[in-house]
Amino acid sequence: MLRLIFCLNLVWLLAGCDAADHAREKLVITGSSTIAPLIADIARRFESQHAEYQVDVQSGGSSRGIADVRRGVAHIGMVSRGPDSDEQDLQWYALARDGIGMIIHQQNTIAALNAAQIADIFTGRIMDWQTLGGPAQKITVVNKAEGRSTLEVFLKFFALKNSTIKPQVIIGENQQGIKTVAGNIGAIGYVSIGSAEVAIAEGTAIKLLPMNGVAASVDNVRNGSFPIARTLHLITGAKLTAAARIFLDFALSPAVHDLIEAQYFVPLQR
Amino acid sequence: MSRSSADLALRRLTLVCALSVACILGLITVFLTLASLPAFTDIGIVAFVRDLAWYPRENMFNLVPMIAGSLIVTAIALLMATPLGIAAAIFLSYYAQGFVGASFQRLVELLTGIPSVVFGFWGLVAIVPLLAAWHAPGASVLAAALVLALMILPTIILMSHTAITAVPESYRHAAAALSLDRFAMIFHIVLPAAFSGIITAVLLALGRAIGETMVVLMVAGNVVKLPSSVFDPVRTLTANIALEMAYARDDHRAALFFSGLLLLALVTLLVFIGERFSSVRPEHATAISPRSDQTHAHFP
Repeated sequence: MLRLIFCLNLVWLLAGCDAADHAREKLVITGSSTIAPLIADIARRFESQHAEYQVDVQSGGSSRGIADVRRGVAHIGMVSRGPDSDEQDLQWYALARDGIGMIIHQQNTIAALNAAQIADIFTGRIMDWQTLGGPAQKITVVNKAEGRSTLEVFLKFFALKNSTIKPQVIIGENQQGIKTVAGNIGAIGYVSIGSAEVAIAEGTAIKLLPMNGVAASVDNVRNGSFPIARTLHLITGAKLTAAARIFLDFALSPAVHDLIEAQYFVPLQR
Repeated sequence: MSRSSADLALRRLTLVCALSVACILGLITVFLTLASLPAFTDIGIVAFVRDLAWYPRENMFNLVPMIAGSLIVTAIALLMATPLGIAAAIFLSYYAQGFVGASFQRLVELLTGIPSVVFGFWGLVAIVPLLAAWHAPGASVLAAALVLALMILPTIILMSHTAITAVPESYRHAAAALSLDRFAMIFHIVLPAAFSGIITAVLLALGRAIGETMVVLMVAGNVVKLPSSVFDPVRTLTANIALEMAYARDDHRAALFFSGLLLLALVTLLVFIGERFSSVRPEHATAISPRSDQTHAHFP
């Protein structure tokens, strides 16, 4: 008897799952691991407002997002850069901007560095702050781990190859970089500007350096004047499913700006 | 239910549990091997020692600095923690009495329970800046070894303490009968008799140190280069996997899985050596042994 009830339960459960799956249309989003946590947050809010959809977010890099959308495996792709010339077959939607700022210790007297100086520091040609008119202090170069998108933006902007950089510390997350620089008076690193601004507001002993005379601030990332920045994109194929259309409208609306800011990215004004 | 059928049921249940543990380990090994296959076919084993450096994005896959990094950091941590741990265990076993002894033991037990990420964070905000002020960059072999030593210390203390208390009472009586003082008794009788237990403690600590990830990731500096001094940064195999796995694709990913396989092999080797050691006991302790059958009793 017990066994019968158990079997019936199982059948009912399976049927239940099946029915729920049919009722909820599935939307697959893959790509950049920089954007994935943000889209996962947006998807959670989207699902709570649109019970008829189920959003599946997977990271794996911008290139995976592009490949998946082209092969039709994903409805929407996440790409943490702008379109290349051979990627015009896709639809690109700007989601947010991400600015990367150079950070040094608060007590370092250096007020600004130009791009050439930063390249020289990171490649080990300048090894003491004194050379740049700062204190007599050895420079500690803090670089990001291979594969991090922040590293790619940094390398691209300063036209460097990762193998030419001579780091003393390699970090993973922005927070680790901020703590490392705050704990070493001779350190220089780079992190997401949003995360650095929050840390400075909390009293962490770091400061953001301007680039080409433009202050490293979230405002300047938003208005496009800060040079070390990139636009995070969502992409789709030429044809859109209804679900993808509704999700895109939601993800690109001001209703998610608080979520974008919570990830230290900068929402775009529309 | 009769006694024998209960016994049979228990036997089956425990057999299933034991088999599933074995299966899980087997599956992990199979998975690691399969995932690292491209490392053998595309990259080739030779590349892991012959390539100029570790820049997977630029097709360079030298793992040697990281294997060395894991071993160096672990060795220094053990060198720091072992004498300290054994000394603390002797203190706990023979000198700490009453309230002091009990509170010290609780304290050490508490230390084993602290999550490694807490140690890592403490190292990052306390140890590294301290070292940085002395000898930049601070994040270094020394920082990692210091924090790791602190982490493995409780394991060594508690297990050595257990090994020391397991030395039969009769040994101590014999020592007293020969009017040996406490120093001679501890160093010439108790420690040799507890030798295998202490070695097991050290090997267990070694296993924990070599597998530790978060602590090392946060304080070691993670630069892939053979360190030339203890103040140089270093990257271990575990830190490398944690740093890069989330962003790795294709060959890079396979190389990371291969380093996981390498770690598994390293730990297996250590367990094997540990087994050999704990079944061997030095000669001179046997000479004093009154009854040969109880010389290796861990629990009296």
